[in-house]
Amino acid sequence: MTAHGRMTAHGRMTAPRPWRRRSTPWLYLAPALVVLGGLLVHPIYQLGLISLFQYTQAQVSGGEPTTFQGLGNYTELFADDQFWQVLLATVVFAAACVVSTLAVGCALAVLLTRVRAVPRLALMLAALGAWATPAVTGSTVWLFLFDPDFGPVNRVLGIGDHSWTYGRFSAFFLVLLEVVWCSFPFVMVTVYAGIRAVPAEVLEAAALDGASQWRIWRSVLAPMLRPILVVVTIQSVIWDFKVFTQIYVMTNGGGIAGQNLVLNVYAYQKAFASSQYGLGSAIGVVMLLILLAVTLVYLRLLRRQGAQL
Amino acid sequence: MRSVSFVRRPWRLLAEASALLIAAAVVFPLYWMVLSAFRPAGEIESSTPRPWTSSPSLDSFRRVFEQNEFGRYFLNSLVVACTVVIASALIAFLAATAVTRFRFRFRTTLLIMFLVAQTVPVEALTIPLFFLMRDFGQLNTLGSLILPHIAFSLPFAIWMLRGFVKAVPEALEEAAYMDGASRSRFLWQILFPLVFPGLVATSVFSFISAWNDFLFAKSFIISDTSQSTLPMALLVFYKPDEPDWGGVMAASTVMTIPVLIFFVLVQRRLVSGLGGAVKD
Repeated sequence: MTAHGRMTAHGRMTAPRPWRRRSTPWLYLAPALVVLGGLLVHPIYQLGLISLFQYTQAQVSGGEPTTFQGLGNYTELFADDQFWQVLLATVVFAAACVVSTLAVGCALAVLLTRVRAVPRLALMLAALGAWATPAVTGSTVWLFLFDPDFGPVNRVLGIGDHSWTYGRFSAFFLVLLEVVWCSFPFVMVTVYAGIRAVPAEVLEAAALDGASQWRIWRSVLAPMLRPILVVVTIQSVIWDFKVFTQIYVMTNGGGIAGQNLVLNVYAYQKAFASSQYGLGSAIGVVMLLILLAVTLVYLRLLRRQGAQL
Repeated sequence: MRSVSFVRRPWRLLAEASALLIAAAVVFPLYWMVLSAFRPAGEIESSTPRPWTSSPSLDSFRRVFEQNEFGRYFLNSLVVACTVVIASALIAFLAATAVTRFRFRFRTTLLIMFLVAQTVPVEALTIPLFFLMRDFGQLNTLGSLILPHIAFSLPFAIWMLRGFVKAVPEALEEAAYMDGASRSRFLWQILFPLVFPGLVATSVFSFISAWNDFLFAKSFIISDTSQSTLPMALLVFYKPDEPDWGGVMAASTVMTIPVLIFFVLVQRRLVSGLGGAVKD
């Protein structure tokens, strides 16, 4: 670091030359820190604060004073059977989404390396199309495909006017299909880019030694791709754990009697539909803590790989 | 790799056939969306849907654009997305330069904070953000959508841009300094163009998150519908009991096309950008 020598705080006024004053990085960081502080850190603090208060429509409109109630919202939440049900559904649903997305994404990434330019371009473009589709339109289109009256899927399967959104599991399954459809492309493209970065000689050597496709994937590619796989897995966990739009649109706000609620939608319904902002915030805090735990695992994995920050 | 596939020709043909089939399956929902948007009203309600249409019509599109100032919503969405993309790209570029080109106290701490910030569930913050926007009189304005999206796309953008900034050799900076270029001149006329491909790759993510946003639009734009964005407008046509599928599909098509164009334009840079970011 030759620049260290120039990092002096002196002569600030006289010399326009020193590029690397001590304040410079902070000057560059200032806009980012202001925005993040005001719109991310401060709201997190507020979220925690609101979750400790009795905060409903009456308090918002100023009709009643806000009363501090400590962990009251949390005890109410943890005593509610529905909360545990929703939490379980969220975890299982997210896990199913992550596993399916990774399986499809990785399989197709390997497939991409096996084919010539034209089929590769076709699959790449199709995947980009799915990736680019906004969650709201993706949700409505998949609903339409599976529509009991006018959708092509029921016609092709010959199951009459079976409603996919009526049953709890079939509704979740439908949402899962949409989530996998719009999130596998990220995994596929990233893993494909990773495989391309593996030297061709390594793969050739393995193939010439008679290793099967599966064996090459498991013993050669997977270890080399580990850093990438960690990134896409964690990203998928984070995305799928907080699915909102798909559930909200496809199950019309959480399904019949809330059977398809996930934490995110649950918090939204509590806060904005029934004006229990304190309770909604408590759910938000729970989500925040769970994702924080996931992040810590991520950081540990990164550190074990010796990643330089 | 070419010789590997050469050895197993039948397998490659099978792989290529399945790649094409899968591509067709993946693109099918989009095809069906566009097809349904162009179908005449009677055909959508048919109980035996055919995968083509004999008499394409623009009725659904006409209905969409006549109702609820759809054009205005489109423009609103565009304003939000473009502002977010430009603002977050500039801010993230500066921040990424700071954390890769300088050594200073708290640098590592900051980097970890940016990483942790990426995982914060935006949706959980809707409640405090709602009150924040209310207190600053930003409810029912496009600002209430723009500001949070800038904030939420920043951590990822900074994280991703690091690799691109790092890839620019230090020697270039030394040379520019020796030639008497000013700091800002180096920053904007030398570093910025070199990092630009990375900025494009990054902007895809901020564009999408802003363009697709449904939750903030639903929560912050509550009474003034002239400030609505596309996702909300689309749901006008979707009533769970009796959806106007033609309208929904036409509106979905209009909403999807700009993102598709954007993606195809930056496709190459996106793939190499992701590779670069991940390798780093």
